[in-house]
Amino acid sequence: MMPLLTTKGLSRNFGGLRAVDGVDFALMPGEIRAVIGPNGAGKTTFVSLVSGRIQPSSGMIVFDGADITNLPAYARVRLGIAYTFQITSVFANLTAYDNVALPVQRTLTDGRSRGAVHAGVMAALERTGLADRAHMPAGQLSYGHQRLLEVAMGLALKPRLLILDEPTQGLADSEIDNFIELVREIAKTATVLLIEHNMPVVMQLADRITVFNAGKILAEGTPEQVRANTQVQDAYLGTTP
Amino acid sequence: MKEASPAKAYVLHLGVIALLFALSFVLPEYHHGLLARIMVLAVFAMGYNMLFGYVGLLSLGHAMFFSAGLYGAGLAVIHLGWSVPAAFAAGLACGAVLALVIGVLALRTSGVAFMIVTMMFAQVFYLIILYFAAWTGGDQGLVVPQSARVLVLGDTSLGLTNPTVRYMSALVLFSIVLLVTLAVVRSRYGRVLVAIRENEERTKMLGYDTFSNRLAAVVVSGTICAASGAAYALLFGYVGSTFASVQYSILPLLWVLLGGAATTLGPLIGTLFMYYVVDVTSGYTSAYLLIVGIALILLVLFFPKGVLGTIRQRWLGWLP
Repeated sequence: MMPLLTTKGLSRNFGGLRAVDGVDFALMPGEIRAVIGPNGAGKTTFVSLVSGRIQPSSGMIVFDGADITNLPAYARVRLGIAYTFQITSVFANLTAYDNVALPVQRTLTDGRSRGAVHAGVMAALERTGLADRAHMPAGQLSYGHQRLLEVAMGLALKPRLLILDEPTQGLADSEIDNFIELVREIAKTATVLLIEHNMPVVMQLADRITVFNAGKILAEGTPEQVRANTQVQDAYLGTTP
Repeated sequence: MKEASPAKAYVLHLGVIALLFALSFVLPEYHHGLLARIMVLAVFAMGYNMLFGYVGLLSLGHAMFFSAGLYGAGLAVIHLGWSVPAAFAAGLACGAVLALVIGVLALRTSGVAFMIVTMMFAQVFYLIILYFAAWTGGDQGLVVPQSARVLVLGDTSLGLTNPTVRYMSALVLFSIVLLVTLAVVRSRYGRVLVAIRENEERTKMLGYDTFSNRLAAVVVSGTICAASGAAYALLFGYVGSTFASVQYSILPLLWVLLGGAATTLGPLIGTLFMYYVVDVTSGYTSAYLLIVGIALILLVLFFPKGVLGTIRQRWLGWLP
């Protein structure tokens, strides 16, 4: 089977710092892949390169067989790469409904029918449990609900690859359980690339885990393999003398 | 912005248009003429509001779009002898083309740089008008001859110098632009524009080409302002370089801020208010600008989001 996403020698320098350093990465369709690593390991920079928010210094990104290295971010979104932000960035002054309507109306091809937008918006809101808050301004939603709204916006893009950047950050334990269910549900129709610090979430969700350290891939494998990997333990806990 | 029942909003807007229509029959001559002028300039403010209010781009060069329409229409009549509709279309075309070119260049910047770039382009435009004084009349300007300001519709010909015809023409233009603005801001495109204003980065990550959307907004805004300028030349018969000066880039900003940015009726309220404050106070004292200044300070204190913006925030959330 052909990978949905591959990167070859992907690098990004910020001044003298190699935030992402020659990363070769492959993601199979239908997978839930978690990306973990210590702070500053280059995880967010890596997914930002994939989504097109920042440009690589060198290397190549291939999505579904096509070279997308030079495509602007909005064009990648249209190909099916959706990115949900690490720092919640919903449109605070717009209602939850309007927030989701923006991605829905873009994916519609028939253009004009109001009913289609409404149906699409409500479907995405219902999947994330926000339907009864549709007409609240997004800025007045609780933090957990704003995170869910962020996911609803990602879902509404009907992505083939959904990138979730620390989605459970700041969520209560009860909300996290619902969230895990939601990601499983999403994974039935999309490939999920998940940056996450919460290890129980990672262990429950991920089919495979990629560990970043100092801009490079340190290890990759099933949750069990990664858990047993001594290099990974060193990276997280400090090197043994 | 919700896809809820638009009935209230449309009733309000049609009501305003009906009121302006009725005023034509009751207003004394002086105020009748003043209101016609205000409606034409409110169109200018609405065009400005499209970009400033809804897309959040503060331009300091919109005088060039107004005067592109003004000179486009005026010079077509004076030098080429074009009919009124053709001259109006020429004014619109000048504004649209200019807005497209300026948009492509100026949208490479944002924020303060955008303000400076648009202001510089407007100054260039102003100086070009002065330089080609042989055709434009320079700082004297040109008068569009009364004989040419006749609108021929089938068998009837309407003299645009007639106060009623002038008032009604201004009202027709104002109504069309008002309803177009309302339709645009309630449309999906309007929702995208607001999204770009609120958070451009996020809008990009929803798959929108924000540059093209902004460019389209600049062109729509510039064309509306040019419509106002073209109508001004044809209805009031004067084409002058003052209208291309910095002052006329600042005025629409002021009108929009007073009436309420990102409200459809705010530009009319703001233009109306400014005109009448100046008109009334200058009747009492030569230091009328002092009173205008105090009025502006009070407005900023008590209506920080403009008249309609504050009303919407406090009482009428459904106002478009």
